[in-house]
Amino acid sequence: MLGRLTWAAIPLDNPIEMGAVGLMGIVVLIVLGFIARYNLWVYLWKEWITTIDHKKIGIMYILMALVMLLRGFADAIMMRTQLAFSHGASHGYLPPEHYDQIFSAHGVIMIFFVAMPFVIGFMNVAVPLQIGARDVAFPFLNSISFWLTFVGMALVNLSLAIGEFGQAGWLAYPPLSELKYSPGSGIDYWIWSLQISGIGTLLTGVNFFVTIIKMRAPGMTFMRMPVFVWTILCTSILIMAAFPVLTATIGMLTLDRYLDFHFFTNDGGGNQMMYVNLIWAWGHPEVYILILPVFGVFSEVVSTYSSKRLFAYTSMVWATVSITVLSFVVWLHHFFTMGSGADVNAFFGISTMVIAIPTGVKIFNWLFTMYGGRVRYEPAMLWTVGFMVTFTIGGMTGVMMAVPGIDFIVHNSLFLIAHFHNVIIGGVVFGCFAGLNYWFPKMFGFKLEAKWGTRSFWFWLVGFYVAFVPLYALGFMGATRRMEHYDNPAWVPYMWVALLGAVLIFCGIVCSILQIVVSIRDRAKLQDVTGDIWGGRTLEWAISSPPPFYNFATTPTVADAEPLWDAKQRGTIERQARDHYEDIHMPKNTGAGFIIAVFAGIMGFAMIWYIWWLAILSVVGIILTLIIRTCNDDIDYYVPGEEVARIEKAHFLKVASLETEKQHAD
Amino acid sequence: MDHSAHGHSHGHVDAAGASHGSYTSYAIGFVLSVILTAAAFWAVMSHAMSPGATVTTIVILAIVQVFVHLYYFLHLNFSSEQRWNITAFAFAGIVVLIVIGGSLWIIHNMTDRMMPQMQQSLPGLQEQQG
Repeated sequence: MLGRLTWAAIPLDNPIEMGAVGLMGIVVLIVLGFIARYNLWVYLWKEWITTIDHKKIGIMYILMALVMLLRGFADAIMMRTQLAFSHGASHGYLPPEHYDQIFSAHGVIMIFFVAMPFVIGFMNVAVPLQIGARDVAFPFLNSISFWLTFVGMALVNLSLAIGEFGQAGWLAYPPLSELKYSPGSGIDYWIWSLQISGIGTLLTGVNFFVTIIKMRAPGMTFMRMPVFVWTILCTSILIMAAFPVLTATIGMLTLDRYLDFHFFTNDGGGNQMMYVNLIWAWGHPEVYILILPVFGVFSEVVSTYSSKRLFAYTSMVWATVSITVLSFVVWLHHFFTMGSGADVNAFFGISTMVIAIPTGVKIFNWLFTMYGGRVRYEPAMLWTVGFMVTFTIGGMTGVMMAVPGIDFIVHNSLFLIAHFHNVIIGGVVFGCFAGLNYWFPKMFGFKLEAKWGTRSFWFWLVGFYVAFVPLYALGFMGATRRMEHYDNPAWVPYMWVALLGAVLIFCGIVCSILQIVVSIRDRAKLQDVTGDIWGGRTLEWAISSPPPFYNFATTPTVADAEPLWDAKQRGTIERQARDHYEDIHMPKNTGAGFIIAVFAGIMGFAMIWYIWWLAILSVVGIILTLIIRTCNDDIDYYVPGEEVARIEKAHFLKVASLETEKQHAD
Repeated sequence: MDHSAHGHSHGHVDAAGASHGSYTSYAIGFVLSVILTAAAFWAVMSHAMSPGATVTTIVILAIVQVFVHLYYFLHLNFSSEQRWNITAFAFAGIVVLIVIGGSLWIIHNMTDRMMPQMQQSLPGLQEQQG
């Protein structure tokens, strides 16, 4: 009846895991209690769970990323603490099988459920606004995408309480991930959470590709798109091309584990290196799926806070396109040591070094944008400058490892760990915080407070270097990744410095949380009345903050790559509401996306525990929900022009009263 | 754009250059896919051909199947005046070339250097299992 699922699946004997489960349970109970206390069930269902508004979906993605950042960081600081103590006779406080789950979960959570939702959140919030659209091309699909990602995240966290998580690293290489060597539920949790959230991401890629191609405002030619939109276009192409490879590869591993296939086993004619090859054919484009959007964020931030047009827009666009293409021909650098010949390794080594050229072009473009500009060091700009320094160092260690000979020495060492944290923290995480500070007022109508934001930045920046520079050194000294115990006493001081760095990053995270709390408290003071709090240059700053649910009352026309800046210069910006507005055609909210994702989650859980009847039932549920939704013709409505006029008038009145107030103050 | 209006019209092409197909075209696509899939399974399970010929056959069947899907289900064709269809084909072609061609190159190169004796025994593998 319940497959493999028994009471023994709950790790009652493990105090650390049960403590974490208890903590998560308490947090969930507090949230549920809060919802019940203020009776927010209907509000949640009507305004958030069934929403297909890209802005709200974007906010939910970002909220999920922030919560999962805490979970992923908890894993990180546990690993650093273990390694500070676990040397010589001492074995630390984490047994190997638990430590292995922690580094696997840390990687999976940080990449799939922090970095991905963060950048997809920004895509959702900013892209339709920047191109002057009402929503994405397929709003219902967007809701499915989010909830599938959410369900994938839920499965990973469920593995803490019921069963175990994978112990084979974040990419679950066979043969270790095959049934013979990992008979537990851990790899199956990995498989189904990634498979479900991966489909969500693929649908997001399709959605945003179509949105950008088909829904740009009149006059916005390709070479007039904001750079962020360009990077998202390229990201969408990468997602559409790469994520099917992930789905197929995990699908083959699933067949190996569930139906005794031999794709990646040594016996039966399989080849485990084919798995490594295929997973990185997805995995390398994936790191560009993460970094390209934040390159877009930095481009927006640099030109806005330097009050200057982005330097060399055209070269920025072509650098982005070159990176997109090149990111498909470098994947072998993740496994130089597998034993291919010199010609193969040389090809992929050189292509890896080549990709540094368009990236370097971007760095110089940002520097030249700042040069001669009136730079304002708001938190978003601090993160950007911190990124430029840190990412350049990370890029240099990357080019080092692109030399196959060097890679043979540092492969799988802590040097590699330091390198990719150098580019992912220094690039993606800094970019996400820059984007959060930049677009927060657009999302919520008030900006984030600068003092705690600045403190958070400095703790993160210093903490990053203190935590990871010792890892570069340790890598040279021979320390490998994924070890939970070592005997070399010379490594101990470095491990302690790295732990201190992790504590500093923890302070940075606390400052970030305080920044949000203080900003909510002082929201009246930090309010963005005009909708253009930073002196913006692109269309999202032309409307109120937060934008009305229909985004633009009238479709804007575009004659420049920086339409809002252009309008401000020529004085053509609208200062009062029009007398008449057209009715606006809008899609209706629907719970179908949420219901489909819940069924997908139940299917994943049933497959993990071999509860076949439940898996079949939930697949039937998915198909039935889709059919019912397809047969529903009542999916849209019109917002009357009078309603639009009322909302627009209220906004312009508010702006006008603020301006009078200012004049009085002067 | 009203989708229901041309649900049964034959090969209607809308403003985006995308044909929405008809009941017949979906049925043809479905039957062709079933035949191509069954043929691939038969080629492997019947051991009627040498391993080399079997691999060649299923690869060709797979490529034909890709085009059947693109033509009958995704309504992509070269007759449209829209550039997007061609661009999509070209991009898919490049990615397939890089990922499949690259994987073949990488894995063959490794096999040549790492396991010359196993490579010779590979053709015999299927007979052992069958």
